[in-house]
Amino acid sequence: MIPLEITGSLAIVGYGLGAIGPGIGVGLIFASVIQGTARQPEARGAMMGTAWIGFAVCEALAIIGIALAFVFQGQQ
Amino acid sequence: MSGQLLSLIPMDFEAPGPQSFEAAGNPVFPGVPGLEWLTKYMLQAIVAVVLIAAFWVVMSRKRSMVPSKSQFIGEYAYNFVRNGIARDTIGHDWRKYLPLLVALFSFVLINNLFGIFPLTLMPTTAHVSWAYGLAGLVWVIYNVVGIAKHGPLGYLKHTVLPSGVPWFMWPLVIPLEFLSNIIVRPATLALRLFANMFAGHLLVLVFVLGGEYLLLESEPIINKVAGGASLIFSMAIFGLEIFVQSLQAFIFTVLTAVYISSAAAEEH
Repeated sequence: MIPLEITGSLAIVGYGLGAIGPGIGVGLIFASVIQGTARQPEARGAMMGTAWIGFAVCEALAIIGIALAFVFQGQQ
Repeated sequence: MSGQLLSLIPMDFEAPGPQSFEAAGNPVFPGVPGLEWLTKYMLQAIVAVVLIAAFWVVMSRKRSMVPSKSQFIGEYAYNFVRNGIARDTIGHDWRKYLPLLVALFSFVLINNLFGIFPLTLMPTTAHVSWAYGLAGLVWVIYNVVGIAKHGPLGYLKHTVLPSGVPWFMWPLVIPLEFLSNIIVRPATLALRLFANMFAGHLLVLVFVLGGEYLLLESEPIINKVAGGASLIFSMAIFGLEIFVQSLQAFIFTVLTAVYISSAAAEEH
């Protein structure tokens, strides 16, 4: 007797796990930007420039994850 | 116990998924020869271009020192891109790239906002081809800017080799930087926009379609309560979508500016 049957692709669960790291990373980047802005408000422009590059590189992992989740969707 | 649990779970409900997006890819006027290319996405993009052009023409038509209401709105939108994105991010020489950034921001923003506009209810950029096209445009532009500034070989060296790297690290750094700057950048730029719009629209579908099914087509009274709550909560999801869609338009434009500025940067 099966109480609850869940069907679907495990790739989506893998994407969920893969999104943890970039989530923490993006959080750390913007936490540092907020702290830096609080300490030295005039340096905000320079910090945001670096932060956007770091954000893009960091979030690339999550984006590769969602692309691979679609790629492996059909496989059991 | 398990039998009771099973009866609570609707089994004939088809969950929203990638197949929910296929209908918008069909021609708007089926059977009309010569118009097979006009899908819903295409129609929305054309409407967006007309709307944006009309907006900027109307806002700038009667310019004066003391701005009228329409000129004020136009200047507010323009200044947001000009001061918040172009000047802060590109820095030196930013005026040249301002028209591109304003056009990109308005196009992406309007096309994203079509996802919550009642008559369209589908973000144009939820089709991956539009995101690929926009990111490909940005890729060509920032590479051309870099090549025009440093020359082909100088730009290649500038892109793949950050200054101050010791020589024994070169075999490691050069492939990584090439991969990151030339290949991963446009791919992530496109997929970030697409994935956010796609997932956001899917979220709306789950709440609205699931709520409708629970409220109208399933039996126990608790399902009807949950369906009503889901439909009410979908309004909050629409609010979240407005935020995410505006944020993604902003991020797309900021990253374009960052890539242009890093391609055109001087050696330090």
